[in-house]
Amino acid sequence: MAKNETVFHGERKSILGFFATGLPLLAVIIVLLFIVVIIGNFIVTGSGHLSWGFLTDSPRNMNTEGGIFPAIYGTVLLVLIMTLAAVPVGTITALYLTEYAKRTSIFARVIRFAVNTLAGVPSIVFGLFGLGFFIQTVGSQMDTIRYNGKMDDLRTTLAISSSPLANGQQATINDIKTFLANDEFDWSEQIRELEGYPEGTIAAVNSDRLVEYLSEKKELKWGKPSLIWAALTLALLTLPVVIVSVEEALRTVPREIREASLALGATKWETIRRIVLPNCIPGILTGSILAVSRGAGEVAPILFTGAVYSLQELPSSLSDQFMHLGYHLYILATQSPDVDATRPLQYATTLVLLGLTLALNLTAIMLRSRLRKRKLL
Amino acid sequence: MQPEQSEQSSHPRQKPDGAAKSPAVPHPPLTQKQRRIGERLIEFGIFSVSTTSIIFIFLIFLFVFREASPIFFGGSEEEKKDTVVAVAQTTSSTATATADTGEIESEQYNPNAKDLPTADSGSNSTAPKKEGSGTSSDESEVYNPEAKDIPTQSTASSTDTGVATVASSDESEVYNPEAKDIPTQSSVGDSANTPVATTTPSATTPESTPPAPSTAQNDADRARQIVGEDYPILEHESPVKVSYLAYDNWQPNSEHPRYGIYPIIVGTLKTTFVAMLFAVPLAILAALYTAFFAPKWIRETLKPAIELLAGIPSVVLGFFCLMTVASLVQTLFGLDFRLNSIVGGIGLGLAVIPIVYTICDDALRAVPQSLREASLAVGASEWQTAYRVMLPAATPGIFAAILLGIGRAFGETMIALMATGNAGTFNWSFAEPVRTFAATIGAEMGEVVFGSPHYQVLFFLGVLLFIFSFIINFITEFYVKERLIKKFRGA
Repeated sequence: MAKNETVFHGERKSILGFFATGLPLLAVIIVLLFIVVIIGNFIVTGSGHLSWGFLTDSPRNMNTEGGIFPAIYGTVLLVLIMTLAAVPVGTITALYLTEYAKRTSIFARVIRFAVNTLAGVPSIVFGLFGLGFFIQTVGSQMDTIRYNGKMDDLRTTLAISSSPLANGQQATINDIKTFLANDEFDWSEQIRELEGYPEGTIAAVNSDRLVEYLSEKKELKWGKPSLIWAALTLALLTLPVVIVSVEEALRTVPREIREASLALGATKWETIRRIVLPNCIPGILTGSILAVSRGAGEVAPILFTGAVYSLQELPSSLSDQFMHLGYHLYILATQSPDVDATRPLQYATTLVLLGLTLALNLTAIMLRSRLRKRKLL
Repeated sequence: MQPEQSEQSSHPRQKPDGAAKSPAVPHPPLTQKQRRIGERLIEFGIFSVSTTSIIFIFLIFLFVFREASPIFFGGSEEEKKDTVVAVAQTTSSTATATADTGEIESEQYNPNAKDLPTADSGSNSTAPKKEGSGTSSDESEVYNPEAKDIPTQSTASSTDTGVATVASSDESEVYNPEAKDIPTQSSVGDSANTPVATTTPSATTPESTPPAPSTAQNDADRARQIVGEDYPILEHESPVKVSYLAYDNWQPNSEHPRYGIYPIIVGTLKTTFVAMLFAVPLAILAALYTAFFAPKWIRETLKPAIELLAGIPSVVLGFFCLMTVASLVQTLFGLDFRLNSIVGGIGLGLAVIPIVYTICDDALRAVPQSLREASLAVGASEWQTAYRVMLPAATPGIFAAILLGIGRAFGETMIALMATGNAGTFNWSFAEPVRTFAATIGAEMGEVVFGSPHYQVLFFLGVLLFIFSFIINFITEFYVKERLIKKFRGA
């Protein structure tokens, strides 16, 4: 009887079991198929257009031909600044969470909850935050301070004895412009604004009226979408990635080493600085690489915080706008005037972007697996 | 942590004073007290830097809410505008009530008013096709009574909607006798005659009424026809209240903007549903495979391979859907629209699969081995154990994975922008183009004026997204983890 039961169960097991074990395998195959198809599709279609010239030239002819070098340059610059902002803060936070926080501390729980929430916030909301906080509040305030300082400088300059407006005199706009051009400070912004003085360049003004007119013409330097704000927004976005990776790396350092160091008389900070941190540099590296790959791929936060489609010259200061690979692809694919002509360009751009992110991801994954193996030792 | 080293020889191991230090040994670089202060400072520094994440979460909510706050608090000016609109409506309704033919007349004169500003068709051109067909059908209804009442000449004038000047001479001859004939017309005649007066400068009978109030009424009527029955007529600068968002028409760029977010909600729900339907079974089954059925070497290679999918930027996924998946779906199902919520849902699903997979895999592997061994010991096979013991045991984790996947699908922008078709119409069919929350923000934010009501509404959508993701995280953190802990304690 027992034998019959086993056989019966065995038969039932084998048919149902076949499906039960087959379905998960099928699912894995489907997912892998998608990955292969996606990557393969872009390799096949994009490599035709890929060339060294493509990578180093600038776009020509309204972005229908030429290379994508400014986009690569902008992406690299953006990611660099983002890493400089995110990795230190993330490392320190992870350090606090693993080393300094007590096990039952509410504060640590709150920080972890905040980090998890940050990880879950949609990327477009980061873009809105960048617009509402960094650009409209911080940037605008910086511009106001900078401009007020400039206006004070202008007042003092106009009050010196060689100025045509000294001692409450009046002078024509032309005279003022020549005076400012010969001054040692850089008044080019103001001179440009004076060109458009409503009553013409031969009208006579006094010092107060001039400064009043120019005060309203605050030129936006920091209060507009630019590289620094996009980089900071992305740093906020990738902060959770860095924190989680560094925490994982910090945990791989065995307790015994820490305890030995403390037993030898080192303080906590000395232990961290000399023993723990050097040991988890691979982990910090993994975290930064993952953050970089995420930052290079995210387009939503930079849609209105700094990325543009075409530029006259490469970004040279933090307040410039920049081109970005992902943003370039998005605009090319959806809004370019001649979609068919730019099709090979789109595929090639995708290939470059994919290649970049996948290479970074693979490096990070390999680093991480090596880290984990060391933990088992 | 640090044992206090004091000058006094109270410590048992400390040597007597004279022999503590020989003169040849150099002093340590920092005294004990300095080290302690330095240590405290560093600790404080680390502590304050790590509050960054908490601070920024608050700041994000604060500043996004701040830009959207006029929607919650604005509205005092809007009351006045409502009364003005109401007055215009009551006058037109009384006018139509006084004379039956008067009603037809006022409708007749409306297409006249429509002929004049050609900007009207221009402002509605930005609307998607469905909405455009809606308004033109309105106009055709209005044209019909005119065609019935007045023979040939007016039919000719009614069919050519384009140039007012060519038809103007006809219209003046057609409309003027009617203006004289019907006495009640004169009270409403202001509205009737002024468009005629503007097209034909001199030859008509004296209807020298000032154009301002009557064109306002005409505008109000026309606006009412455009906007619909139960929505306030807004201009681009008029402040928006939260109640204006509970409407099923999203047209912020037309002449009288409508900010109803129901189409966006429905669009987001549709794409998320398709994404979840596509991604969750695949991801859970794949996690099951790598957690239980795969040999170790396969698991080592498969897990990073599936996580590679997480490394593909969402722009690339969106582009892939736009190019390949859309054509595939269209040829497979024979749909009208190439980009619809199914294509968008597949794209979002591709983005969600890695998240659900990773968390499910961790959850499944976190189930205690004792459960597995016990199940095998009572005679279940491997797969029976997996499906009936381990999978249910990992339910809180799987639930958390699905929740986080939903959160990601809601907030994903680039795929939704590129692959969903971006038409903000309200219907429940899956084969129509849709608009999601994030796509709306992403698409329209670049073109709004800073501080305008449209800008505020977009920030309001951002607030909604933030609150939604916050709630999902909250549930995942507290509710799911509690359940998980309780389950494994055996409570």
